[in-house]
Amino acid sequence: MPSALRSYTGAPQVEAAGETLHALFDDLEQRYPGLRFRVVDEQQRLRPNMRIFVNGLGVRDLGHALQPDDFVAIVLALSGG
Amino acid sequence: MTSSPTRQVLLVATRKGAWLFHGNAGRDTWTVDGPHFLGHNISHVQLDPRDGRTLLAAAKTGHLGPTVFRSTDLGKTWKEASRPPAFDKPSNPLPARAVDHTFWLTPGHASERDTWYAGTSPQGLFRSEDGGISWTPLPAVNDDPQFREWMGTVQDGTPDGPKLHSIIVDPRDPAHLLFGMSGGGVHESRDAGRSWTPLIEGMEVVQGFDAATVTFHDPHCVRLCPSHPDRLYQQNHCGIYRLDRPGKTWQRIGRSMPAEVGDIGFPMLVHPHDADTAWVFPMDGTDVWPRTSPAGRPAAYVTRDGGRSWQRLDQGLPRQQAWWTVKRQAMTVDTVPAPALYLGTTSGELWIGHDGGARWSPIAQHLPEIYAVEVAALK
Repeated sequence: MPSALRSYTGAPQVEAAGETLHALFDDLEQRYPGLRFRVVDEQQRLRPNMRIFVNGLGVRDLGHALQPDDFVAIVLALSGG
Repeated sequence: MTSSPTRQVLLVATRKGAWLFHGNAGRDTWTVDGPHFLGHNISHVQLDPRDGRTLLAAAKTGHLGPTVFRSTDLGKTWKEASRPPAFDKPSNPLPARAVDHTFWLTPGHASERDTWYAGTSPQGLFRSEDGGISWTPLPAVNDDPQFREWMGTVQDGTPDGPKLHSIIVDPRDPAHLLFGMSGGGVHESRDAGRSWTPLIEGMEVVQGFDAATVTFHDPHCVRLCPSHPDRLYQQNHCGIYRLDRPGKTWQRIGRSMPAEVGDIGFPMLVHPHDADTAWVFPMDGTDVWPRTSPAGRPAAYVTRDGGRSWQRLDQGLPRQQAWWTVKRQAMTVDTVPAPALYLGTTSGELWIGHDGGARWSPIAQHLPEIYAVEVAALK
């Protein structure tokens, strides 16, 4: 979890369940209300300047299938100002 | 007239957080409370006048999506909305949209406790009926093909996104609503937002474009006079206007501004008790639109005769080499019998204009770029 989302999770790393990234964010929303909308917009698109890595590989398709024990990282692309 | 309140609070929204400034009875000493939400882009903070203690703050960050925070104890604690403003999935072939940020917050009518309105970028209109906890889109605006044509796309808007702003609730009638879109005109509803009529007659557009086309109209700020709700004032991309209902034609009252200053700007203020008195804060709208104070000499201008004449109000403000300006939400007026003006600058300065702007004094410096300033009397 990036620092900007730790006001929701309280921790840099959490466990959540889901067969896809969509389902994973649904589970995160249940655990940490409000988190999903800060990352995924109302049209189910990853917000600009957000990146997701699954086991180190960049993924933009939130339908991407997940396996048990996958490591999912949310990264905020650096921007200035 | 209302009696003098004991305390005023200024609600200052900035590019990097929100601050509250609590004033004493004389409005000459201010105590700072903040930052709240340090690092968040706060577009607007509003106090609910119906209970005198509930605050809403429209927020996003450089990366995170938009949300609305709510406090019921004047900012001691905040809780996030459970359902912030968000567009519906498309019910027609129009492109799906996502809210980038909530730009404008308006408390609902005095008789409709817990009702609020929000305007977003890209342009959307939302209503909450539970005090800002959950928000519902108004489809007659957000999903209407004609409105969507007038709104254009995000690419048609200003660099930080096209705005729906100036949401006005008629103090006489909760079903009578108005709003402005930059760009996309001024619109009026008499049935609580179920249907809307453009209100653009008399408004000018950039030379060479057709004034009959709603999309070309760019109102910057529209205000209704609380002492005479049939009177509206407007600062537009193309001048300053007044409209007296039931008339339908805006009158360009900015023609009587000094030619070297012009009548371009963003904020528009109306006097709380005198509908002939209104203020603007001109900016340089020439050439590439520098959006600075004209000639580096900032000043408010006041009319006390409904726009027939204007007087410059710059006592206490920098006399030269001051290149800041004031955004459309960053200037306001309190409601005491001899009201003070308040403004926040793009350079992070907060000013008070005593006696209707006759004498300006700084309240704070070195804040981030100020997006919005509201003032409220604490009960």
